Amino acid sequence: MTDAAFVRLAPAPALSPPASLVGPWGWARANLFSSATSTGSTLVLAALALWFLPSLIGWATWKAVWIAPDGAACRLAQDGACWAFVAQKWQYLLYGSYPESEHWRVNVTEVMGAVLIGWLLWTGAPRKLLGAALFFFVYPIVAFVLLHGSAIFGLPYVDTIRWGGVFVSLLVSLVGIVFSLPLGVLLALGRRSTRPVVKALSVTYIEVVRGVPFITVLFMANNLLPLFVPDDYAPDRFLRPLVGTVLFAAAYLAEEVRGGLQSLPKGQYEGAAALGFGYWRAMGLVALPQALTLVIPGIVNNFIGLFKDTTLVSIVDMADFLSAMDNAMKDTVWSGPTILVTGYVFAGIFYYVFCAAMSAYARGVEKRLAAGRNR
Amino acid sequence: MSIAPASPPRAPSLSLGPIVAQGALLVVIAALIYEAAANVTAHMQAQGVPTGFGFWNQTAGFDINLSLIDYSSLSTYGRAFWVGLLNTAMVGALGILFATPLGFLVGVARLSPNWLLSRLAFAYVELMRNTPLLLQLFFWYNAVLKALPAPKQSLAFGDWLFLNNRGLYVPKPIAEGGVWPFVGAIAAAILVSIVLWRRAKVQRDATGAGGAVLAPSIILLAGLPLLAAIIFGPPFTLDFAKLSGFNLHGGLQLFPEFAALLFGLVVYTAGFIAEIVRAGVLATAKGQTEAAAALGLPRSLSLRLVVVPQAMRLIIPPLASQWLNIVKNSSLAVFIGFPDLVQIFAGTVLNQTQAAMQVMAITMGVYLAISLLLSAALNFFNARFALKER
Repeated sequence: MTDAAFVRLAPAPALSPPASLVGPWGWARANLFSSATSTGSTLVLAALALWFLPSLIGWATWKAVWIAPDGAACRLAQDGACWAFVAQKWQYLLYGSYPESEHWRVNVTEVMGAVLIGWLLWTGAPRKLLGAALFFFVYPIVAFVLLHGSAIFGLPYVDTIRWGGVFVSLLVSLVGIVFSLPLGVLLALGRRSTRPVVKALSVTYIEVVRGVPFITVLFMANNLLPLFVPDDYAPDRFLRPLVGTVLFAAAYLAEEVRGGLQSLPKGQYEGAAALGFGYWRAMGLVALPQALTLVIPGIVNNFIGLFKDTTLVSIVDMADFLSAMDNAMKDTVWSGPTILVTGYVFAGIFYYVFCAAMSAYARGVEKRLAAGRNR
Repeated sequence: MSIAPASPPRAPSLSLGPIVAQGALLVVIAALIYEAAANVTAHMQAQGVPTGFGFWNQTAGFDINLSLIDYSSLSTYGRAFWVGLLNTAMVGALGILFATPLGFLVGVARLSPNWLLSRLAFAYVELMRNTPLLLQLFFWYNAVLKALPAPKQSLAFGDWLFLNNRGLYVPKPIAEGGVWPFVGAIAAAILVSIVLWRRAKVQRDATGAGGAVLAPSIILLAGLPLLAAIIFGPPFTLDFAKLSGFNLHGGLQLFPEFAALLFGLVVYTAGFIAEIVRAGVLATAKGQTEAAAALGLPRSLSLRLVVVPQAMRLIIPPLASQWLNIVKNSSLAVFIGFPDLVQIFAGTVLNQTQAAMQVMAITMGVYLAISLLLSAALNFFNARFALKER
């Protein structure tokens, strides 16, 4: 028996992973320097970022002019943004030329709209049917009375020519969604209908509208709508682009809803038929509630597109946010080399925040819906 | 006791309800269209607006600063229409040509294992997708291109490129005697190369080893045109832009309107294409990438040879609709004064002739025709390349 025997009685403690694979250094090796090309692109991009980012941040913060009564200070500080200009024009950018004493009416309308949309979009909210009824039927009337004015309620009349700014951008996209969603649902049902005439009409409408640019629809609404109807019913200059927007958005929403209807298992329709439901009850009580839930992300993405497209209404003389910004930038008191970039960057931030928030919501809902399906 | 055989199910009775209802719907719609048409004619006659297409051959009387065909203010409205249509087609075609590769690059960068690169691509996509195209166009046109120095202080890159607030000036090729042999030589070289590649592929499929064709095709493509140029003289000479007085003369001037529209459309649409590419690649089964890695293919080859060809089936349909979006979005030209179909025809011509009905019908008809053509092409593609289920 040799005495060189050693038998380990317990397993050796696990070694920690090599220092080069964990911690920040390990992460950097895996994600920044994993290969020669990766290292190269990291170095180039990092150099670019170091060169570009400080001047960008400086432009937006410490080199910017934050408070100034007019453009003189901004004309001197040419490496910085002129936020003072945005601050000065803030009211105009929000409300256009809507009389200042009546701004509360716009605010109330917007808050009401936000609460109702929150009600509809918050997945766990109670009494959604009531919320939908309020949003699609009561809210438009209340909003119209509030914004336009009414002698009965003692609200002074405000001509649509004075409406403008963020308010108009929100209004156009809200009107677009409120009226085009019901129309889009009808068109989607029409496209899936077994009745040849209904189907042909729906398909034609959807494909024609989706085949032309929004701007031509706006031109048409503006130039041709007054020709189509008798003089007594000639729509207001503000109403015409809204009609165009609704007709345009409905075709796109119809395709979203159709996608939802198509993705339902066939058993749902058969189940409804087995219960003795007719067409409208089968659609209204079985198919649509499921399909509309499924396409919430699609509808929100459509709404984002619509919100971005509202910038085009300035072609028919509606002063939306972007054109309000354009008008504000023409003010000679503020004219200077930094105004244009400041204005556009600010508008970009505004649209970005709005759209990114909505698309984050859409992604969240999508995830929730997928979690239910992928059990 | 035998059970009486069940009578065959009754044939469903032909119900008249739906037919009547659809007939009524048709009647209502026809009545609405008739009413609208009557109103339109009445309005147009009352306003003294032409109701026919007679204006098509009348003199337009306005100038267009960018035209691919001969046009002057003495040309007809019809001619102006073609100028606008060609300009729209040019921007659309160039936009598709540039946006597609850029979108693929960004989409692949978004999937890169390099954290910095994928974050950068992500930021690009988010920025493009979450801001309106019109804002971006305004930014490029008003804040960038219009803010460039005047011609006298042009940003110059040698004698070749000049950039100022009137546009980008590049050397203009002027055709010389040797141009047709030169073009013919290029065409011949391309044809022969294609034949070579085809034959090599057939051979490779049959035997597993194929002849090297890359080097011969490169030699062909470079050599034949060079040979043509040596024999028949130079195919073209370059006309450089020169500063004289307060402006640049000569060269080829790319107007800022054109540059802003094209650039804006390309970078905007590339953001959307990138997302489509990314989704297509991610939808390809993970085993495919892993198998490619197991074969020892580097990432670039695995993408090119294994993943992207399979992802193409998913990518092409939404990609085609982005192409269509480029054509439709080129109508935003009207905001920055680029003479496209909408700006010339639905803008100036409509205002001058007041023939709103006819002009809008033609304009929308053109876009509709383009979109239907593209859908037809897409259906053809789908029928041909759809996964054959066995």
